[in-house]
Amino acid sequence: MLKLNGIHTFYGPIEALRGINIEVKQGEIVSLIGNNGAGKSTTLMTISGILKPQAGDIVFEGEGIGGMPPHRIVEMGISQVPEGRRIFPRLTIKENLEMGAYTKFKVQLDKIFELFPVLKERQKQLGGTLSGGEQQMLAIGRALMSNPKLLLLDEPSLGLAPIIVSKIFRTIKDINREGVTVLLVEQNARAALKLSNKGYVLETGKIVLEGKGEYLLINEQLKKAYLGE
Amino acid sequence: MFLQQLINGLTLGSVYALIALGYSMVYGILELINFAHGEIYMLGAYLGIIFLAFFTAVGLTAHNLPLALMLTFVLSIIFCSSYGFTIEKIAYKPLRNAPRLSPLISAIGVSIFLQNYVMLTQGATDKVFPAFFGVAGFQFMSVRMTYLQLFIILSSAVLTIALRLFVRKTRMGKAMRAVAQDKTMASLVGINIDTIISLTFIIGSGLAAVAGLMVAMYYGLVNYSIGYVAGIKAFTAAVLGGIGSIRGAMFGGLLLGLVESLGGSYISGEYKDAYAFVILIIILLVKPGGLFGKADLEKV
Ligand SMILES: Nc1ncnc2c1ncn2[C@@H]1O[C@H](COP(=O)(O)OP(=O)(O)OP(=O)(O)O)[C@@H](O)[C@H]1O
Ligand SMILES: [Mg+2]
Repeated sequence: MLKLNGIHTFYGPIEALRGINIEVKQGEIVSLIGNNGAGKSTTLMTISGILKPQAGDIVFEGEGIGGMPPHRIVEMGISQVPEGRRIFPRLTIKENLEMGAYTKFKVQLDKIFELFPVLKERQKQLGGTLSGGEQQMLAIGRALMSNPKLLLLDEPSLGLAPIIVSKIFRTIKDINREGVTVLLVEQNARAALKLSNKGYVLETGKIVLEGKGEYLLINEQLKKAYLGE
Repeated sequence: MFLQQLINGLTLGSVYALIALGYSMVYGILELINFAHGEIYMLGAYLGIIFLAFFTAVGLTAHNLPLALMLTFVLSIIFCSSYGFTIEKIAYKPLRNAPRLSPLISAIGVSIFLQNYVMLTQGATDKVFPAFFGVAGFQFMSVRMTYLQLFIILSSAVLTIALRLFVRKTRMGKAMRAVAQDKTMASLVGINIDTIISLTFIIGSGLAAVAGLMVAMYYGLVNYSIGYVAGIKAFTAAVLGGIGSIRGAMFGGLLLGLVESLGGSYISGEYKDAYAFVILIIILLVKPGGLFGKADLEKV
């Protein structure tokens, strides 16, 4: 469904991605793990078209999307929940969700309100007044408003209480079961890999390890570096 | 006397408010002080003269004055909006990722260019705007209000309210606020940032065209340099109210008009242009975010 072939992305002179290959198949959950500064967010922003790759190509459902403007990529069915959630603070919750459906003719809030009832109760409240967990739900809800085929999630568990984290992970699983393919960036490697069909480990702009979720979970090298064992 | 100055001040203030809206919207979206905005207002006034002269020549003003005026407004708005659209594409868009000073300097360049362009093509002397309305109006006790004043105050109020509704209620308006708050996130939900920025310039320039036409009708004289002073005052009004906010631009404009008019008659008319800045300094010292404060910033 999505294929990154030899992607190089730069910030000015800094080469943040040094030839990355990633493949995500229809219906899968694929996770991308790695330490701070490894290039995980850069990878997602490159897929979404916010950053332009200097070399390599990105193919989504048979079509090259590298260099396409971000709004076209959303129209093609790729939606992102960015790092830090980036809720529009001075739009209401309802307006935040409506913006998620900007590329669609119809705004359907029911499905999201069913998934996150708390958002329904607070729909008139400004986005900036929500708690961290609620903001994460809103960010996921907003990304789902465009009915994406592929959902990119950047550290959805960051800074949240353990109970909320497990709720978020369960929600991701549910969303995937409904037919949405997921590319998940996480520092919480264990939880992410348990959920995933496949995992990639990123280190300073390069993929150093890849494999099935359960395989990576028992991999010695990975245990030392990322699973804290 | 007081009531009379109040009406004069409101008239002037309504015009400042219309121009201030354009400054405020562009600043809200791009954090750019669009120095060329005052020139768009000046172009609106000149275009009005040109279109009216044309309609007079073909006999439309004599035959059907309201239609001629309406067409003049519509055409001036269309032309000014195209100017605003084009200026953004040529002078600001290529500099969107440049240091913040670059587009500012580019804006000053556009402003100087437009002033000189109009001076060369239209001449440096004042042009007379035909006085169709004259001084007809109505008297209430000792206060006089001309129909033109009423027209200016009402049009400006209607346009401000319409703009506020557009920004609050419509899909495009909400997208405008989203872009003002977080451009990257706005792109990630599928908003075409360039379209929204263009729309902002088109609306702001259209409002400036209306302001230019109304002032030309009100004073009857137009000069290539009127955009400079009006621009600075409207910018002052926008900052007064809290730049980025529609309410702020409206109240800032009205307040400025009132201060000028009342100050001009009770203190001294000679310092008319200075009152604006005195008020600005006071407000910025007491409430640096403007009357409507930081909370309203970026609400467009
Ligand atoms: N705007 C930027 N300008 C310059 N360098 C940047 C910029 N953003 C990121 N980088 C650099 O690119 C590299 C990859 O950053 P990225 O944000 O993709 O890492 P990450 O894996 O998402 O890290 P984290 O887990 O901390 O979110 C880092 O070395 C970072 O310093
Ligand atoms: Mg990151």
